[in-house]
Amino acid sequence: MKADPKGVLTGSHFMDGDHACAEGALAAGCRFFGGYPITPSTEVAERFSQRCPLVEGIFIQMEDELASLAAVIGASWTGTKSMTVTSGPGFSLMMEHIGLAAMLETPLVLANVQRGGPSTGLPTLTGQGDMMQARWGSHGDYEIIALSPNSPQEAFEYTIKAFNLSERYRVPVLIMLDECVGHMTEKVVIPSATDIEIEPRKYYRGPKNKYLPFKPDKDLVPFIVDAGAGTRFHVTGLTHDYRGYPVMNAECQEELVRRLVDKIRKNADDIVEFEEEQTEGADVVVISYGITSRVSLRAVDLAREEGIKVGIMRLVVVWPFPEKRIRELAGQVKALVVPEINYGQVVLEVDRCACGRAEVALVPHGGGWVHDPDDILHTIRQAAHGKRVGQGVVEYSRKKRGRT
Amino acid sequence: MSAQKVAERSRPRVEEMPHPMESLLRMERIPHIWCPTCGIGTVVTAFASALEKLKWNLDKVCVVSGIGCTGRVAGYMRLDSFHTTHGRPIAFATGVKLGNPELKVVVISGDGDLIAIGGNHFIHAARRNIDMTVICVNNFIYAMTGGQVAPTTPPTGYATTSPYGSFEKPFNIPQLAESCGAVYVARWTALHVRRLTTSITEALQKPGFSVVEVITPCANYWGRINRLGTGLDLMKFYHDNAVIKHGEDTRNLDIEFQKPIVVGKFIDRERPTFLEAYNQRLSEILGDKFKPYGGKA
Repeated sequence: MKADPKGVLTGSHFMDGDHACAEGALAAGCRFFGGYPITPSTEVAERFSQRCPLVEGIFIQMEDELASLAAVIGASWTGTKSMTVTSGPGFSLMMEHIGLAAMLETPLVLANVQRGGPSTGLPTLTGQGDMMQARWGSHGDYEIIALSPNSPQEAFEYTIKAFNLSERYRVPVLIMLDECVGHMTEKVVIPSATDIEIEPRKYYRGPKNKYLPFKPDKDLVPFIVDAGAGTRFHVTGLTHDYRGYPVMNAECQEELVRRLVDKIRKNADDIVEFEEEQTEGADVVVISYGITSRVSLRAVDLAREEGIKVGIMRLVVVWPFPEKRIRELAGQVKALVVPEINYGQVVLEVDRCACGRAEVALVPHGGGWVHDPDDILHTIRQAAHGKRVGQGVVEYSRKKRGRT
Repeated sequence: MSAQKVAERSRPRVEEMPHPMESLLRMERIPHIWCPTCGIGTVVTAFASALEKLKWNLDKVCVVSGIGCTGRVAGYMRLDSFHTTHGRPIAFATGVKLGNPELKVVVISGDGDLIAIGGNHFIHAARRNIDMTVICVNNFIYAMTGGQVAPTTPPTGYATTSPYGSFEKPFNIPQLAESCGAVYVARWTALHVRRLTTSITEALQKPGFSVVEVITPCANYWGRINRLGTGLDLMKFYHDNAVIKHGEDTRNLDIEFQKPIVVGKFIDRERPTFLEAYNQRLSEILGDKFKPYGGKA
């Protein structure tokens, strides 16, 4: 299916990642936005509020983040593609409804423009400290998909991809931007609608009185309907059977929750996306995502000038995690270096997949600014010797220097 | 065999009789979870009767509930129905309504759900005049969790978390609704079945944010903890102490412990709904560039 040209602002633009994210959503056919202002994500909401009425959509500024995501779930069940956006504390407030969206298997997109935390933290400055929260933040077991664009162009493209994945798997999809990417202004090329592929909603087409909202298809993803279409469905956040009716026992829990995680885990090969460069024959591979993947490029260049054989792997889809590939790499290299703007989140997954076969070195950063490429370079140099294999996540102390 | 006994034998057994509201209920889920003498069933009956009276296309009616005893209503109605999170049904329903404005959206939930944890959504949906009907079942207590104090508990009522008697001022729900902008506000007890049905019927037809509060008996918790007797005793109390005062100033509607309860229709006024205001304002500003929002259609 091709995009509806109404929402596609075809042309070459100079815009920041937040605006590009809003345009990506409109191009994907998103016509409902419920949100609450919070720095540094507000520009997404601002652009939506201005553009939405012109493309026959609707924008509403809700009273808080709980209401925002609740309204988005409700709107999505009418067949209207829906999204919200938030940052920092707002992301914490949305956790409850990430769980509800996962349980009701509701397609929707949530963009989180990450800032420094915890708590109010650094409202205007960057961070990548929400990566594990994105994965595990709501209570109970479930799976989501999380993407990590590293430029305004990608903020546009991956917002479309996020909608497509959410429709394909009936799952909330998170776009884990960071303040740098959100506020970075670059060239964004928006193609014509005919060049934008849109995943149609997985509608049920059988007899109305036979509809079962949670009966899985072969790919474990059930068919969906719109409210008002005459199937008289029921959905609940309680553990439920195929009919959507609550069932309070371990058997039903096992069947439902197992499927909620399996529909992503078993389809992970189709969902996972990453980029690699010069990983063949490398001694060290730098694994990063978001803005840090761009900073890493400089460090890798500097390391190569020193003759270190270093490759780079950049995660586009962070959750589900590209386990298979990282296991392979761990068997081929001396060390995996993971710079991220937190004190070690995605690196824990890298270490898990490495299984002690390669040294795993973290280059942490508390947030507020991006890494100094020299710090990443320093760790690449140390790790190139691969002496601390199997010791868990290691850190090399940074060079002494003044505050940046 | 006596004539009386013969008559009893020939009467169809209740479980063999078709339920008069079968088409509106998910009969496969009956029996429901509510306790004997609970008032929620009466509210469901009143709501179902209102829908029957209106003869609407029920495919276009959605019910959204939160969490709690009343939160279970959504699961028993044979309508598109959503059992959501605690306190958030109004926010959820706002999305449903704006996603497809041709749907009639009804929120049925309890006092704790709508007025405590969901208070913020209640006041903002009223302010915006989102076109939905809210039926708030008020039993003065958190019943699902076993009888804790609520923001509606009249002092000095007892609850498991107010073991010395409540001392907080409870919310006056009609006053709260009116002051925030609701266009239709009524209160009845579970005893006033006919009047309650009429009010729900009116509220459903009213464009904008309409609120019907229903005072219901909770014998197992409110009644037992406060030694007020059985469910029947609570209904008897409504019978003896409910005072109908249509149009009463909502400032006078506080409910005191075991004192007369004022019921009636208090507010029925006109105000543009959220979508009417949205379409009007954007048409003014954007002219031909703006096509009035009608949702998916």
